[in-house]
Amino acid sequence: MTNKNNAAAPPRSYEIRFHGRGGQGTVSAAALMALAAFEDGFESQAFPKFGSERRGAPVEAYVRISQLLIRSHNQVYMPDAVVIQDAGLLRSEPLLRGLKADGLVVLNAAEKPADMSDNFRWICLPASQIGERHLGRPLSNTVLLGALAAGTGWVTLAALERAITDHLASKGEAVVVANIEAVREGYGFIAPKEDVA
Amino acid sequence: MKRLLEGSQAVAEAVRLCRPQVVAAYPITPQTHIIERLAQHVADGELKAEFINAESEFGAASIVLGAVVGGARAFTATASQGLLLMTEVLYNIAGLRLPLVMVCANRAVGAPINIFSDHQDSMSVRDAGWIQLYVESNQEAADTLIQAYRIAEACELPVMVCMDGFLLTHTFEPVDLPAQVAVDNFLPPFHFSRTLDPARPMTLGGASEVDNYQEYRVAQHEALENASALIEAFDAEFGEQFARTCGGLVQGYCLDGAQTVLLGMGSLMGAVRDVVDKLRARGEAVGALRLRCFRPFPASALVRLLSGVQRIIVLEKAISIGAGGIVAAELRAALQQAGTPVEGVVGGLGGRDLTPDVIEKIFQEVTPDEGGNTLRFASTHVSPDSKKEVDNG
Repeated sequence: MTNKNNAAAPPRSYEIRFHGRGGQGTVSAAALMALAAFEDGFESQAFPKFGSERRGAPVEAYVRISQLLIRSHNQVYMPDAVVIQDAGLLRSEPLLRGLKADGLVVLNAAEKPADMSDNFRWICLPASQIGERHLGRPLSNTVLLGALAAGTGWVTLAALERAITDHLASKGEAVVVANIEAVREGYGFIAPKEDVA
Repeated sequence: MKRLLEGSQAVAEAVRLCRPQVVAAYPITPQTHIIERLAQHVADGELKAEFINAESEFGAASIVLGAVVGGARAFTATASQGLLLMTEVLYNIAGLRLPLVMVCANRAVGAPINIFSDHQDSMSVRDAGWIQLYVESNQEAADTLIQAYRIAEACELPVMVCMDGFLLTHTFEPVDLPAQVAVDNFLPPFHFSRTLDPARPMTLGGASEVDNYQEYRVAQHEALENASALIEAFDAEFGEQFARTCGGLVQGYCLDGAQTVLLGMGSLMGAVRDVVDKLRARGEAVGALRLRCFRPFPASALVRLLSGVQRIIVLEKAISIGAGGIVAAELRAALQQAGTPVEGVVGGLGGRDLTPDVIEKIFQEVTPDEGGNTLRFASTHVSPDSKKEVDNG
């Protein structure tokens, strides 16, 4: 439990909400983030909120990361960060609801849409294009995870890579390698520009 | 060693560790991942069992009935409409006193159709004669599954392990899975006392006439009542071996000096514990009681644990339409002599989230009413789907 050493600091805990469409790997992204945090010595939890279980429909998934035991099985209403795989959803869904005042938005887009609130910290990157280069399909989930890790320091890149290696093992070596390349590029896209904790 | 596992995987791994010889099921959300995982284990040779994809839940229940009668340890899982479709067979399995374990991935029942979690499915078959154990976490789902085979085979009664659909089945959380050798040590191989064998012809499930049917039913009731002691004993024995328990029949939380106690079942109790901690920190004398074992109904344990409590609130995720809360009614009957008021609240139906805010409000606002026995509904927290409620700009 490497993250439980500092007795003086209050226990750290983070809540994240992932948004995407069915087929974009939103639920997998949440699972990978929780697995990485667990690798790093945190208690963690990930779970989806399925809507109507079909490709293209809006999907939400939640992650809790804490140095304390997690007992709640409630949805996440006041996230510290929101990860958005499809910027188009911003037009139809209240994706930023409940986001804490100093919260982080990780958005799959070249830049922040002009009409969006400046009250939050925005990390924008063309994750689908990056993903397509590595995965052969415009999948953004592991790219965005890399950016989230770089922008927050909540999980290490090494833990994310281990989570990808374990969780995606059944999909074969090539998929694992491509996703590790994708998460590294997402991380590298942000790391030089952000003050990484 | 703890691993971060989806609830379905945790329970499937626990099933594998119990070495069932027959697994039969029909897929239904949110049970599907459990069965997919077990099918994979069988295909990969990690579980030496016959895997039978049934044509319906009625078929699945019938197959595992036959498997146990043939002397095999068997497993099935279902939810919602699937459980209701099994109903006739569930009564037969219990009446035949067959040791069988199934998981109900608790889900609402239609109409209207809804895939999300409440307890209406398993509560609707509460009179079938099955032991029903409701789990709070994925760790408990795995541990209770292992205990369930021990209980079932010792009592010759079927056990339904009830785990909240999605809230547990689709949630990743840390789980410590026991080693195979430890499970083998806790759970001896299955030898059914009444295995059908052509070398020793006999009948199972013959007709019973007016002169003895009632005696069979009384005996079944007594067997279920007598199971209480073993459910507690096996949980304690599991605790000695694995250094964690699942709460026996009922599990109290902060009951010392509690004047108000909230009673509930399943995964909602995690949030209830968080709320109790918060209210206790403010000096409020509140506690919680988790009903792990709903059948047999642990009336005497409840009366003992709730003696001295001034106000009891039951928060339950099922309703007997036209009557009200089911657990509340049974608890009122148990507490008739004590005379403690029991306030009944129904909520969380069809996946409606029972948030800490809602639970805190229940603690603070549900007070004894004039006439008693009023049914209340948990306040309607709908923010996740209330579109356009928050402006992104």
